[in-house]
Amino acid sequence: MLVVGPIGFTAPWLLWGLLVLPVLWLLLRAVPPAPVRRRFPGVALLLGLTDEENQADRTPWWLLMIRMVAVALVILGFAGPLLHPEKKAEGAGPLLILTDGGWADARDWPQRQARIAAELAEAGRSGRPAALLSLSDLPPGAVAFAAADVVAAGLPALAPKAWEPDQAGLEGLASHLPEGRFETLWLSDGLARAGRDVLAGALAKRGVVTVIESARNVLGLGAVGSEAGKVSVTVLRARTPAAASVEVSARGFDPAGIERELARASVNFAAGEAQAPALFDLPPELRNRVTRFEIAGETTAGAVALTDDALKRRKVALVAGGNAREGLELLSPDHFLRRALEPSADLIDGTIGDVLLAAPDVIILADVARVAETDALLDWIDAGGLLIRFAGPQLAASDAGRDTLDPLLPVKLRAGGRAVGGTMSWGEPKTLAPFPEGSPFHGLAVPQDVSISAQILAQPGPDLSKNTIATLADGTPLVTRRQIGDGQVVLFHVSANAEWSSLPLSGLFVQMLERLAVSSGSVRPAAEELAGTVWVADRVLDGFGALDDAGAMPGVPGERLSEAVTGAELPPGLYTSQDRQLAVNAIAPGRTLAAAEWPANVVVQGQGVMRETPLKGWFLAGALVLLMADILAALVVAGRLAGPRAGMALVLMALATAGLPHDVRAQAPDDARLLQAAENVVLAHVITGDRAVDRMADDGLRGLSNVLRARTSVEPGAPMAVDLETDELSVFTFLYWPVTARQPQPSPESYAKLNRYLRTGGMILFDTRDADVAGFGAASPEGRRLQELTAPLDIPPLEPIPKDHVLTRSFYLLQVFPGRFAARNVWVEAAPPGAELAEGMPFRNLNDGVTPVVIGGNDWASAWAIDGNGRPRVPVGRGVTGERQREVAFRFGVNLIMYVLTGNYKSDQVHVPALLERLGQ
Amino acid sequence: MTLAPPTSARPAGLRREAEALASVLPALLAEARHLAATVQMGDHGRRRSGMGDEFWQYRAADATDEARAIDWRRSGRADQQFVREKEWQAAQSVHLWVDDARSMEFSGDKGRQAKADRARLLALALAVLLIRGGERVGLADGLAPPRAGEVQLIRLAQQFTAPAGQADFGAPVVETVLPGSRAVFISDFLGAPEAVEKALIHAADRGVTGVLLQVLDPVEEAFPFDGRTIFESMTGAVRHETRKAGNLRDRYRARLAERKARLSDLAAKAAWLFHTHHTDRPAQGALLWMYHALGRGR
Repeated sequence: MLVVGPIGFTAPWLLWGLLVLPVLWLLLRAVPPAPVRRRFPGVALLLGLTDEENQADRTPWWLLMIRMVAVALVILGFAGPLLHPEKKAEGAGPLLILTDGGWADARDWPQRQARIAAELAEAGRSGRPAALLSLSDLPPGAVAFAAADVVAAGLPALAPKAWEPDQAGLEGLASHLPEGRFETLWLSDGLARAGRDVLAGALAKRGVVTVIESARNVLGLGAVGSEAGKVSVTVLRARTPAAASVEVSARGFDPAGIERELARASVNFAAGEAQAPALFDLPPELRNRVTRFEIAGETTAGAVALTDDALKRRKVALVAGGNAREGLELLSPDHFLRRALEPSADLIDGTIGDVLLAAPDVIILADVARVAETDALLDWIDAGGLLIRFAGPQLAASDAGRDTLDPLLPVKLRAGGRAVGGTMSWGEPKTLAPFPEGSPFHGLAVPQDVSISAQILAQPGPDLSKNTIATLADGTPLVTRRQIGDGQVVLFHVSANAEWSSLPLSGLFVQMLERLAVSSGSVRPAAEELAGTVWVADRVLDGFGALDDAGAMPGVPGERLSEAVTGAELPPGLYTSQDRQLAVNAIAPGRTLAAAEWPANVVVQGQGVMRETPLKGWFLAGALVLLMADILAALVVAGRLAGPRAGMALVLMALATAGLPHDVRAQAPDDARLLQAAENVVLAHVITGDRAVDRMADDGLRGLSNVLRARTSVEPGAPMAVDLETDELSVFTFLYWPVTARQPQPSPESYAKLNRYLRTGGMILFDTRDADVAGFGAASPEGRRLQELTAPLDIPPLEPIPKDHVLTRSFYLLQVFPGRFAARNVWVEAAPPGAELAEGMPFRNLNDGVTPVVIGGNDWASAWAIDGNGRPRVPVGRGVTGERQREVAFRFGVNLIMYVLTGNYKSDQVHVPALLERLGQ
Repeated sequence: MTLAPPTSARPAGLRREAEALASVLPALLAEARHLAATVQMGDHGRRRSGMGDEFWQYRAADATDEARAIDWRRSGRADQQFVREKEWQAAQSVHLWVDDARSMEFSGDKGRQAKADRARLLALALAVLLIRGGERVGLADGLAPPRAGEVQLIRLAQQFTAPAGQADFGAPVVETVLPGSRAVFISDFLGAPEAVEKALIHAADRGVTGVLLQVLDPVEEAFPFDGRTIFESMTGAVRHETRKAGNLRDRYRARLAERKARLSDLAAKAAWLFHTHHTDRPAQGALLWMYHALGRGR
């Protein structure tokens, strides 16, 4: 193969043909254009007239040029030009395929898998043994080569992990490489990390190392923090070639419990900048709802930042007993609490009755003896509230919890209290004992200068030690706790001000409150704070950034958690310990992303950019176009192209050249179209950009329209294609939205339009066309795309169509809803939980409301589609059964349109007896 | 009447030709009548008293009038005698010559009539008008001597639909033209001008006056050609090759103008009238012109 610049030739000897060109030049020049013969009676007048010049004798140079270039293109075309020809060095020996397999690979995982599969197939053809390793998930033991097809069988099970390869693993692999020489193909995620160079060096000693890197930039989300009252999320990128803009969205549950996007911020990277903060200005109500931040459009674990208690500002209600003595702030019962909580929590003041309405997370009663709203408060605790009480003169003086256990106190109290180390008492002020294991305070360092001089005492009892979570050095309970339902009540046996102890003055006080999840520090707990705790994974991220249940995973010690470097034993996710929750993200705080730099002896290839492109077709097409132009030019020169024929020829040529790649998308929303849509019921489908799918949708809706016209009183007009960006949606009643994996995300304005459409009674039928193999999840590309597309929509909770849904009887009686596929589950808005079986009816008494969306994957359009002659376009199933399935698909369509148009009319039948009864009177 | 030499001796061939002939004939005649109808504006008649059937005027009788000339019905209503005079309707012979050479078959555009078709149409329409006006119309080449009456129209039409001649360019024949009569020559006059000159001089010698109507296709006027071209006459006998036809345009048009001027000059000298008609123009204009031109000298 001859390679000239980026172009190679498969048959270079044909290029000798270019030598013919000069000869051709001479020949063509010598032969003038052929004359036209014309009958013309006026010839008698022409006799004797001679030509003034002899120029057209020779072919004009530009015509020659066109012909020469055309011939040159033909010669070049047949010489087999290739753009970016692959240098196929036929490898020998075993092939080791490495993939980083971390979250950074998740974005283009299918391409990577395809590439690996291709390489394995190639190795299989040439009989080379191969091995496949994911560096994030290294198997124990040595690397063993096996037959390539055996290795390829395990490829589909390979999934990207949510963490990155770790240094120890890489270096371990470097020292345990198999014996002998072998070739290495390393599908890298393009990120620099420790240990990589070691492994690359070791591999290079064994044979050729080829690295394949994606050209795509790797984006990630770093630490979540707050900055001047705003939430800031650090956005990282690996390569910093130019300025770029990245959208970050904050997601969380709305009041209805549905996860949706709560806010969106855009980050602008300057050129050369590797990280930039995304700032969210959120009201506390919204901020507490945020569960995760993610980079829009990136489906990797690294582009997700989970939030934990650190982000939440808890609502703490402070109720202080007694009259605050005016002017003596330092002596007021709640002064220190206020100062301790203000930076990290939202404080609520008022009476207990008032603050309960604000649904606080924590209520602190500082020296309150009796509570009037005991029952309401108990209900609140029962539902998960945390009541913290501090002792004080009033509590000590009252008889609360003396004889019987006060429901709002953890233990029975002894009358009075004790004072130690005072001027009138014996003994020294008491210090704190180290916190016992099992106490929420376990692991906190006890400062020696904290002393307790007065406290109230708990009555000894069998439960006392179980309820005690902090004691004094002499064993007297200092903090006691009791579970009530889902909540708990905690009693500090000292006052919240500095009168009885120096505890409120110490840093330990704040730490203890934090451990009780009263306040949450806006910074991550330090290593020493985590020391001694055990955390259990609650939910973990997969490589694509989706949260899954953790299942049974061993607990993680706090020390390991504090490193926050994720790995197989610490996958990113949400970890809980007692009442606290901690998020571990794929990108550890402080980690920056950088592009990998490879040693010189490593061959680096792009993943898809340098694909070999045969240019033969283009060359020959170019030659053909030139020859066409030559025809026209020759006609012009010969004078045969004149008058209207010339104009027509030009128009034809313009159409032929410019008309081919025609964009049919842009259609201005003209009034005629709107009128047509508004005059009639018009079924519409969303333009996906995939022509085949769009055509199928159009044909499908046409088929359904025909059936509707034939069987029902609905007479729809011709179906329309709807461009979400430009078209007015309010004139449509029904939108069919086939979901393709490559569909572009509509703009925010379009989403606003769609939400308005859904709210005002429109319906969208989403069709993933994948036979529902995704099961409404992310297993198929369409399913994933569906989730992304519908995320910004106001979609209520969904359920599979229940047996008594109106859709099952709005025209035909149906229980299955097949299209070209017959998967079971089609999802609609969930019925309200309180629906009861109507009396004497086989269905529940459901009130009004048409589901705004119907979601499924049965590829209905294909089942409905008819061609121009009214025959079905796509076969469904086989034989009579298949035709039956098509018929049922049509019936489902009819039911659906009937349901859209008549709402729950059929459901109203339950009222018929009542209506008849009323009429009778 | 002579038919064209039969191309086939078989009856079928004869019949086919006859049918083709018959199918053209009524159409041509009908078209000519139709065209002539547009000129029926009462412009016929001699506007003077003389021999004829139509009433012209009553005039007071004088001494020279015979008694039988007096119109008694009119005279009975007055005190003096009146003579009834009729309009003069002396018939005149008009000879038509329509060029049937091959050059007349040319048409510059598929949608346009050939020059020959237009020429025949004009000639026949003129004949319709003249015969309706009582004139005698015949052909200049003696194939149909001038006669009056509707039957003559049929005869003329048959002559006009006879197959064309074989020559490239035609020349008028004046040998059989009656002295003192009128003649109408319709041709493109693109052949040698000397033949026309000779015919005109001959006609002028015999006291024949008339009109020359040159029928041209607009293409012949505009010469819209370009590039390397071989021009051929309709039979292919005459040809001219050029490298760049566009360069010849101005010179060709100059020659055409010269030809027209020469014919016009010639006509003026022989007391004839010359006019150029283009086939893309309506035929009425040329017909009107010819009709008035013929009525001029009377």
